[in-house]
This record gives sequence, C-alpha cells and structure tokens, in this order.
Amino acid sequence: MSFSDKFELVCGVETHVEMATKTKIFCGCSTEFGGEQNTHVCPVCLGLPGVLPVLNKEVVNLAIKAGLALNCIIAEYSKFDRKNYYYPDLPKNYQTSQYDLPICKNGWLEINTPCGKKKIGITRVHMEEDAGKLVHSGETITTSKSSGVDYNRAGVPLLEIVSEPDLRSVDEVLAYLEELVQIMDYAGISDCRMEQGSVRFDVNVSLRPRGSSEFGTRTEIKNLNSFNSVRRCLEYESERQAELLLKGEKVEQETRTWDEGQGITLSLRSKEEAHDYRYFPEPDLVPIIIEREWVERIRASLSELPAAKRERLKSLGLSEYDAAVLTSSKAMADYFDEAFTFGVDAKTLANWIMGDLSALLKIDGCSFENSPVSPRQLAGLLNLIKDGTISGKIAKAVLEEIYKTGKDPEVIVKEKGLAQISDAGALEKIVEGVLAANTKSVEDYLAGKETALGYLVGQVMKATQGRANPGLVNKLLKEKLSR
Amino acid sequence: MKLLNMSLAALHRLLKEKKISSTELTKEFLRHIQKAEPNLRSFLTITEEIALRKAEETDKKIAGQQPIGILEGIPMALKDNICTEGIPTTCASRILENFVPPYDATVTEKLKEAGTVLVGKLNMDEFAMGSTTENSGFYPTANPWDFARVPGGSSGGSAAAVAAREVPFALGSDTGGSIRQPAAFCGVVGLKPTYGAVSRYGLVAFASSLDQIGPLTKTVEDSALVLNIIAGHDPKDSTSVPFIKPDYTQYLENNVKDMKIGVPREFFAQGLKPEVQTVIEEAVRVYEQLGAQVEECSLPHMEYALPAYYLIASAECSSNLARYDGVRYGYRAKAEDMIDMFTTSRTEGFGQEVKRRIMLGTYALSSGYYDAYYAKAQKIRTLIKEDFEQAFTKFDVLLSPTTPTIAYRLGEKTDPLALYLGDVYTIPINLAGLPSISLPAGFADGMPVGLQLIGKHFAEGILLRAAYTFEQNTEHHKKIPAWLEEASKNVF
Repeated sequence: MSFSDKFELVCGVETHVEMATKTKIFCGCSTEFGGEQNTHVCPVCLGLPGVLPVLNKEVVNLAIKAGLALNCIIAEYSKFDRKNYYYPDLPKNYQTSQYDLPICKNGWLEINTPCGKKKIGITRVHMEEDAGKLVHSGETITTSKSSGVDYNRAGVPLLEIVSEPDLRSVDEVLAYLEELVQIMDYAGISDCRMEQGSVRFDVNVSLRPRGSSEFGTRTEIKNLNSFNSVRRCLEYESERQAELLLKGEKVEQETRTWDEGQGITLSLRSKEEAHDYRYFPEPDLVPIIIEREWVERIRASLSELPAAKRERLKSLGLSEYDAAVLTSSKAMADYFDEAFTFGVDAKTLANWIMGDLSALLKIDGCSFENSPVSPRQLAGLLNLIKDGTISGKIAKAVLEEIYKTGKDPEVIVKEKGLAQISDAGALEKIVEGVLAANTKSVEDYLAGKETALGYLVGQVMKATQGRANPGLVNKLLKEKLSR
Repeated sequence: MKLLNMSLAALHRLLKEKKISSTELTKEFLRHIQKAEPNLRSFLTITEEIALRKAEETDKKIAGQQPIGILEGIPMALKDNICTEGIPTTCASRILENFVPPYDATVTEKLKEAGTVLVGKLNMDEFAMGSTTENSGFYPTANPWDFARVPGGSSGGSAAAVAAREVPFALGSDTGGSIRQPAAFCGVVGLKPTYGAVSRYGLVAFASSLDQIGPLTKTVEDSALVLNIIAGHDPKDSTSVPFIKPDYTQYLENNVKDMKIGVPREFFAQGLKPEVQTVIEEAVRVYEQLGAQVEECSLPHMEYALPAYYLIASAECSSNLARYDGVRYGYRAKAEDMIDMFTTSRTEGFGQEVKRRIMLGTYALSSGYYDAYYAKAQKIRTLIKEDFEQAFTKFDVLLSPTTPTIAYRLGEKTDPLALYLGDVYTIPINLAGLPSISLPAGFADGMPVGLQLIGKHFAEGILLRAAYTFEQNTEHHKKIPAWLEEASKNVF
C-alpha cells in the first residue's frame, strides 16, 4: 500500500557535518580519521579536571563560509553554550554547542523537483564539538560484556545545519541532502566522507492529509549516516505513520532510531522522557564578535558553488545530465575545469571524464583528487586524437598506460610507436597487400556487398596494430577497389 | 631574624648571600611542617623528595654564581585544586583521591619556572565548596590561632599553612571569598586578583565565571611579589585578559594621602559582629589619620548578591562537576551497569555539600526554571557590577570587613544557609570580577579580624598601595600564635 494518495510527507533534516580542519575545535589534537584508539587526545579533549577550551578560529571561518554558501545571515554576536547530558563518549558530560545565538541563520538552498526549482529554508547553522565513540567487546551494546571509549573523535568540530520542515517527499529530502553535501564539499567545509561517518542526519517526519496546511505529530529519527539509509528510513517511517493514521490511531511524538539490519524504526524515548539539556552560556569561552570585514573576507574566498558550476557547464554546451554528473563531486568538477583550460572540446572531455577515466579510477577506488592521470595529460591525449596523431581506440590504450606509468601521452605514443599512420604512401602498400590476400572479400564488395569493405578496413587496422588512420584507409581502399 | 617568619625578600637575600642554601631552607620548613601538622592538618600531600630535588637545582645555580630569581629556592605550597603534573590533585574529594594530573596548571608552571620549591598540596573544602575546610573529604584543618576553630575556607589549608609559617607563601582560589575569608580568619594577607588577571588553566573548576587564583602571604609586599609571577595573559585560558602586567612592587608605597576610600553601608548591616565592627572602624580611623578621604557610600543591590551567587555558582558547578563519573579517572564504584556506575560513583565519591550544590544548580538550570533562577541571577549580577562601577566613579578603593564574624568553632556551623551568610561581604566582588585583598586589621576575642579592600578592574596596584600603607602603620600582621613563638626562634 502507499500512503501518498492520502497523505503528504512533511520533513525537516538536521545534518551534522564534520568540518575539514586540521585540528580539533578546542585543542591542538589532530582530526585525522582512523588513528589508533585514544592517540589523538590531550588533557583538553579528554576533559581532564582543570582544562579549558580555546576556540579554533578556522572553525569559525568555515562556519561563516557554510553560512554564506547557504545564503544565511551571519550573526554579528554569537556564543557557545553547554548542552548537559550524561554519556560515556562525552568527556565532560556536556557538549559545547550553540543554543540561542547560532553563528548563522535564515538561509536557503535550491533543489530541482519534477515541478521545477524549489527553495528549502535553512533555519540555522551552528558549531559544536563531536563526542567520542563507544567500542563494544561484542556485536552490540546489549550483547557486550564490556565497552571502551575511543576519544579520538571527541572535539572534532561539527557543523549542525537545521532545515525548515519544507521537504514534501522522499525524493525532495534526498535532493536536499545531495545538494547540501555537495555545497559542503565545494565550499571546503567538509570532506563529506559518508563512509567514515563524517556526515550524519537526524530527520523529523510527520504526515498530514493532502490539502491540509497544519502539521501532524512528528517523530525524530536520529543518526542516519547514508543517503540510502535516509531513503529507506523515510519510506518505512511514513508507511508506519500512515498505517497508524488510517487506523485512526495517533502518532506519538518521540525520538526513534533506525535499525539498518531490520529496516525498521524503533522507539528510543517519548516526549515525556525527552532530555532536559539545561543549556547555559559556556563560561569558559568568550562571545564571538564577527565584524562585517571578516565576513567579506570569507565571502571573497568562497569558491564557485555546484548550482553556479552546473549553469556554467551548460553554457559550454553540455547537457543537463552531463553537468549534473560532472558536478556531483567537487574533485570531478575541478578536474574538468582544469583539463578544459588546455583547449579541448567540452563534450569530448566530459565523455572521457565520465566514461573511461571514471571507470579506471573506480577499479582502484581512486578519486579525481588523486587521479594518476592529470588533467593536463588527459587534455594532451584528447589533442592527440584531435590532430589525428592517434585514433580514439588507441587513445583508450594510451589512457591506461598513462594511468599505470604516469608518463605523458606524447611520450607513450612515441615510445610505443603508436602514432597513427597517415602517410598515404606507407598505407598504400599495406592496403595493396590486404587486397591481394583477401580476394574473396574484394569480389564480394565488387558484387555489391558493402559490408565487405568494413572487413577489409579491419584487416588493414590489424596489419598496422590499429595505427592506420581509419579515414585514410577507407579512402585508399575505395580508390583501389573502384579501379 | 627568625627564619620561618621572614619575608620573601629577606629569604631571597639569605639565599643570594649564601647564608643558607635552598636545601637547608626547604628542610627547615619541612621539619616545621612535621611538627605543626599533627595539630593543624593543613596539608593533603607533602612532596618532600620533589621539593629537595628542586632545592638542589637552585643550590647548584647559586654555587655556579648564576643569578637567581626573587622567589627561586623558596618553599611554597598549592591548594589541592591546582593541577601539578605527577602529584595528586584531589580537590579534597574522595572522587579524585587517586587522580594524578598529567599536566601542570599555568600557575604551577610559572612558579616552577620561577624556581620555587613545591613542598606540598593543601587542604580545602571539597571542590572549593565551603567556608570552613570542614567539607574536606579527608579531614578538617585547624586554625593556627585556636586549634578548636576552623581556618575558614575553602582555601583553609593555604591560609592555615601560611599563618602557621609552614610555608612562606601559598596559592589559593577564590570563587566567593575562598582566599580572603580564610586569610581573615587566620590573620594573613589574601589577594583575589581581577577575574582574567591570573590564568585559570589547570585550576579544577568550581564556578568558571567566578574562580580566580591568588596568593596567601604574610605581608602585602610578599603578595605583590607572588602576583608578579602568577599574573598575566595565558592563551590557554580564553577568559584571561591580554593586559600589560606591571611590576606590582612599584605600588608598595607608604602613602594614602588624598586616596578616596568608600565605605559601603550595606557591608555594615545586620549580622556584623560588634567586635569585628570595632576593629574595622579602628582601621577606618587609621586611614583617616594617614590622610585618606574616607566616606560612606552605598551599593544598593548587595542584598541580592548572595542568592544570585549561589544560583550562578551552583549552576556552573553542576555542569563542571558532571565529568566525575568514574569513566575516565577518579573513583569508580562497583556497579551493575553504566547508569548505576555513574550514580553510585557520584553518590559515594562526592560529599554532602558538593551534592547539595550540584542539585541546586541542576534545578536552577532546568527547563521551566532557567528564567526564574539562572537568568534572573545574571541580571542581578549586572546590577551589582553597575553598583560598583558607580561607586568607583567616586572612590579609588572600597573598604569593608572581610567577614561578619571571627573564625567559627569546629562543628559550630551546621546549617548551610548560616554558613552561606558568612560570605556576604566577599561574594559581590566575585560577581563583579573585581580585585580584592584581605589583610590583618586586628583581633577580636584573640582571633584575627580581616579588613577587605576592593578595587577597580585591574587596579591591583592601588589596592596594594592602600593595603601596604595600612600594614606599615600597624602591627597586627606581626603577631603570631603563641605556640609558634618557640618554633620560629631559629635565628640566622
């Protein structure tokens, strides 16, 4: 059954993004992922008695940048607050976060929907510290005899981005998340490494009868860490709520958790059991005063955002689809831009990046950021095709060779003698040889069987290891056969 | 001169002129500590080995004809809420009984660099909550003037140790009077610097927006010398202020002529014991005779300071002390599960007063109560600051008793509210973040009485001048408890 005939989904998302700073938000420890347990720690991020936080200014820079990328108002006066709750992964048993005076608020981003572009409101963006990670001796917390805590992640700066409840379908939610993650990637706010948990989502979900303007009772589902989980979770949760509503039952306002294995949401705590975080201003830090000049400096450093980049690529003659694929990651889009500066055709370049090069990178799990084939080398390769030095087919082999050896395409072509044979005199001999050796095909062709020509071309290519200029071969063959 | 009674400057001269070595000096104080401790119990840890090693360093320097700093080679002790690398820092709490910090507080570092010799860590009210040192999780400390009385608190160990000449100076911390009140009760000089003048890095937090480290000394001059070492901006403490640190000894001038001293009438209201009032009135006369212009003034919102303080301080402490949960360090109770471990560790690890304040603070911050308690207390705090600002448009210094009474008898005060009322003259100064000094002003019933002077932000200089002048023209600071006369006879 589907709920969508009767009900409309209303969804807002809180996104937690780990910021791409070198050091933690309140101390000098590294933010690097995957170090040995409890090695990126110091008295400050361990919350030892007597320590004090010192704000990493780069965190503020990135938060301002994120706010600008999301069209937010940047606060002139902002402060940190303590969010108090007990959990072993939280070294001080309070999280230094922002409560009533976040650094950015009232922004928006634009998504594509089947009905055109739609603005999704951004309520606020605020800075906070991440917690550590529980390490269970068994499979889960309930089946473990003991649990340890790894505090490497404690104090890694996070940005929490809260959307308005403006999203009306699962597809809209996904479009919003994809756009948001792309913007964070483009603006250099975060590496957005989803698989390392550097982006996490809490979704607020409610249903209302179609046509109604009032909000229904919502549930909040916490800690989703992939687009796929968000999709599955929203599909499940909206069905669950629809079933309740259709039965005339009520949706409880509560916090739920997504069970990835079972594919269901489970109640975590009810509204009555909701935490009282006892927020109050962090007395160990001073308020943040942000002068206009500071904001303008950051604005000037803001690189082109995905939406603008897509438009620019389209203006180069690329299709909507090509533009979307090329901008799906900043690294790929940057790669395109750099290669394009070497004067190659946009469409050909796009095809090679999205096709052969992507396929090669995928095999080794490489990204465009550290592609063994540099943008200059790819452009050089395309220019070799363009000026007739090599054929498109040979080019694929040369690309693989660049990928393996890192050598420039010109060097590979020269070393391996891959240059196209465009010398009519040289080709003529080979063509004559092929014609002499394939009399049957020659007869077929002369009898009107056009396909025989293709076979003969193939034989010439074979004899030249694919190096013969295909156009010239065609021309020569036709000339000879017509005599 | 009597060694134990000597000023820091005099001890420095002895060391420099090689009349005594730092090792001998340290041993002399350690011997005295051994003698005094059974009656006093001002120490929680005595670091004899570490002290003698440090003293030896100084002696080598002196032997090598190297110049030494003014405090170099001189013994001292720290309140046990100031972190010392490799030396237990317990905050006089069972919950931190086994805690050995892997780092030094900034003041510890500075004193180390200055070459001072740490001889031990001093008793206090648990987590600096209290005003008698009876809230120590280990044992109470006695007042050197009367072993049946409390030394005050929470820096009771620091005040008692200096008063009993166990150390030439000590550091304490002051959140609502915790340096000045015990200094008054024990007859020593206690200085609470301006909030932000001394780094709080490594001071185990009670109430972050109020805590401040300061010296407890025998004289005003010693206070200035110690302040010279510990004050200054620290990038590790975001609330520390980048200011140009003066040489505080330059203010040690015997002159209050034309100094304008305000006497807030609210500090002489109900609750002030007549015998204390008499001593303070006499102090006022001293200032007048020395040419100061003394005038009564008013700080109209002072009556709200006490409730505002107990809400703010408790709110902050409820959050600051949340980290003591048995997970990472400190006391961990045997428990069935995680929540049980948290609760049992905290129930067994904290004392009554600490738990009372955590509960009070948790309540004050709770949703639905925040505006009525914490937010309102912050507004009062602003009003109190403004009262002081107003007063300082007219006066250089404000003068009051440090405490309404002399030191209580051990066990005398059991009602927490009655004890809180004893802080009524010191608390407003912390709320306003002002510098303030308590100095010996005389005696009532044979017990010391403290005179409190209050200055503008970063006006430690004028406070020191006012205090120094009073000291130079009175004899109160020279008196020592009778039992000490014998002990400090050692002549050099």
